[in-house]
Amino acid sequence: MLNYIIRRMFYAIPILIGVNLITFTLFFVVNTPDDMARMQLGIKRVTPEAITKWKQDRGYDKPLVFNSAEKGVRRFIHTIFFEKSAAMFAFNFGRADDGRDIAHEIKTRMLPSLAIALPVFLLGLVAYITFALVMVFFRATYIDFWGVVLCVALMSISSLFYIIGGQFLISKLWHLVPISGFGGGLDAGKFLVLPVIIGVISGAGTSTRWYRTIFLEEMGKDYVRTARAKGLPESIVLFKHVLRNAMVPILTGAVSVIPLLFLGSLIAESFFGIPGLGSYTIDAINSQDFAVVRAMVFLGSFLYIIGLILTDISYTLVDPRIRLE
Amino acid sequence: MPFKPVILWTDALIYLLLVVVIIFAWYVLRNEHLLTPWRRVGHSVSGMMALTVLILFISIGLLDTVHFRPAIENSGNPNIEKVYGVQVLSLLDVIVTPLRTSVEKTYSAPFATHLYTKETIELAEGRQVREFPRLKFGGAHLHNPEAQFATDVTWRTVKGVGLGLFIWCVFVVSLVMLLAYRSGKKFIRTLFSILRSETEVPWNAVFIVLALILSLIGAAMMLSTHYHIFGTDKVGQDVFYQSLKSIRTGLVIGTLTTLMMLPFALLLGIMAGYFRGWVDDVIQYIYTTLSSIPSVLLIAATVLMMQVYMETHPELFDTIAVRADLRLLFLCIILGVTSWTGLCRLLRGETLKLREMEYIQAAHAFGVSHWRIISRHILPNVMHIVLIATVMDFSGLVLAEAVLSYLGVGVDPSMISFGTMINAARLEMAREPIVWWALLSSFSFMFTLVLSANLFADAVQNAFNPRVRTLSFTNRKVVPLVT
Repeated sequence: MLNYIIRRMFYAIPILIGVNLITFTLFFVVNTPDDMARMQLGIKRVTPEAITKWKQDRGYDKPLVFNSAEKGVRRFIHTIFFEKSAAMFAFNFGRADDGRDIAHEIKTRMLPSLAIALPVFLLGLVAYITFALVMVFFRATYIDFWGVVLCVALMSISSLFYIIGGQFLISKLWHLVPISGFGGGLDAGKFLVLPVIIGVISGAGTSTRWYRTIFLEEMGKDYVRTARAKGLPESIVLFKHVLRNAMVPILTGAVSVIPLLFLGSLIAESFFGIPGLGSYTIDAINSQDFAVVRAMVFLGSFLYIIGLILTDISYTLVDPRIRLE
Repeated sequence: MPFKPVILWTDALIYLLLVVVIIFAWYVLRNEHLLTPWRRVGHSVSGMMALTVLILFISIGLLDTVHFRPAIENSGNPNIEKVYGVQVLSLLDVIVTPLRTSVEKTYSAPFATHLYTKETIELAEGRQVREFPRLKFGGAHLHNPEAQFATDVTWRTVKGVGLGLFIWCVFVVSLVMLLAYRSGKKFIRTLFSILRSETEVPWNAVFIVLALILSLIGAAMMLSTHYHIFGTDKVGQDVFYQSLKSIRTGLVIGTLTTLMMLPFALLLGIMAGYFRGWVDDVIQYIYTTLSSIPSVLLIAATVLMMQVYMETHPELFDTIAVRADLRLLFLCIILGVTSWTGLCRLLRGETLKLREMEYIQAAHAFGVSHWRIISRHILPNVMHIVLIATVMDFSGLVLAEAVLSYLGVGVDPSMISFGTMINAARLEMAREPIVWWALLSSFSFMFTLVLSANLFADAVQNAFNPRVRTLSFTNRKVVPLVT
């Protein structure tokens, strides 16, 4: 097992190198640092000195991949590629445009992001599985039909409308919870209720429908027929046999997104004013802070790959038939 | 000529897509085995209802795709060379000219005759009062709005619905006549079999939806020439007009993105599955790497870089329309590049399965070339996956456009889209008194479009992939053609 995990980790390295190369190409080759400087300083009235200074401040004044002015290994170390891209492997993300250390920002902002994403994830999982089970239990009746219609309708609404509508209804009209903001400790509770509820509802359509399909597929298998043939009531067949077996794809699917929860949600966080990683990314996009966006891209794919590894491991834990080679 | 045709990049690609769809449809119609699953789509009630609505949206989008630059009037002097305006208009703009040109000062509520904000008005005797001024266009034909408003609106609605229902009747009668002619039955018998839902294609459901659509269009046509039926926005532009214009943007994103990603996904997916070995390894590495970057972040990063490029190379884009259009095209390309990985993986798996089939082994043994095996034996057998993926992706892409535009990495701010509309309307909810109509309008248009796309995608998936039945609901009395 441990052997497998270690080997799996090594597989992740070429992918991370690939991601690193993609971000490097995107941020430094497609547009040179000069272009970015001109964009930030204004297109028309910009002096060459201002560009040089902008590049010096951010350490973009070195050659891209090969520094012919230096000697030996330093030819490769004193380059933009090594200092800005390769350094991300050591989680050294450099500084944002406002001068703050990006790695420190990420550390402090992870918790608020998680405070929303984790409850949404857990509550959602329970709620969606429950609804899907109810629909499958009453399959081929009007409850099932209208349940699916409701799911499709919920899927067809943009997540922006859920947030705007929820804020308007619950906070502005009924004054139940504050419209946005964030507080530490127990105080955070009242700020978190609304985003969590909206998060659960906005994901309901797609997930419930997907879980229903998984359950239905499981219902068609031979062991279900055997269970019915030996006279088990439908409820036991469903909750004891089908639910357990269907949990394998559901749980492993869920495990793969756990690491990504740290990244938070871009739109929800910016609407509710939560100082998490999502709103950090949005602010960076709006102020065109390339260093932060670059760091988030790398962090995102790093977490995604961890999710893949966790999925593989969780497969063996829930289904003993699968052996890791 | 009183106008000069303009073909923007996305227009050209839409025409190309249209040609491809027509050729594909013609080919399918001539091949019975390809037609069978489409018949199943035709028998699904929800699918056909959704298709009726989609056709309406697509025709609005196509009308909005035919662009031209109108000539500027010169005073009848034939010696002066014709000058064309810089403004690029579309056929839709011409049809809804009253909506486009009747610009108010600022916000006004739906069906309002007065502005939404108070203004200082100077009366004839020199006194100044603060009150809601009359609109320049909305209800301007009424002398006494308080007394005449209700009757005028009711009368126009009745007239519009009546007109719509008249067109509906003409359409229904001609269609039933056509059906009767083709089946060789009498008109009355055909009509009754439709009413009793005994036809294979659920015409009764289609007619109900069509009646609804046509009466809504009729009422909107009658009312919108004299009122702002969805109100006006901050700069006084008609919200109904904006919603109509948003449809094209949504459709372009939903269809052209797929057009962009198909070559990648098809070529790489089939190559990986067919050749295996190192080709497979390289392609798998590429798509694992790309898909490991969270798509929103990759899109955001790419669009940011595109923005830098467009800002530093302003000479490439001569007019605002060209610039906005190119940005839309870039967005489609970027969305395509980031979203081909899922389909590629599916195609690779299917090709791996197909290449072990006996008929392909036989083709190998006969010495048929790789290219010919791929194009004749593998490609036609993975087309159903491509088709299902295309229709399933459409609604997601329309929704994604709104989110991306909100994040500031979507379409050009000067281009009207659902995303830019929501983005502008978001702050209006915090106003006191609130401005709700722009949001309601974009919500209802977007919801209708995405819902019908979802329902249609469901019908297509059921027909082409009968193993997964999601929402099937056909006329029960009909014995299925193929089981």
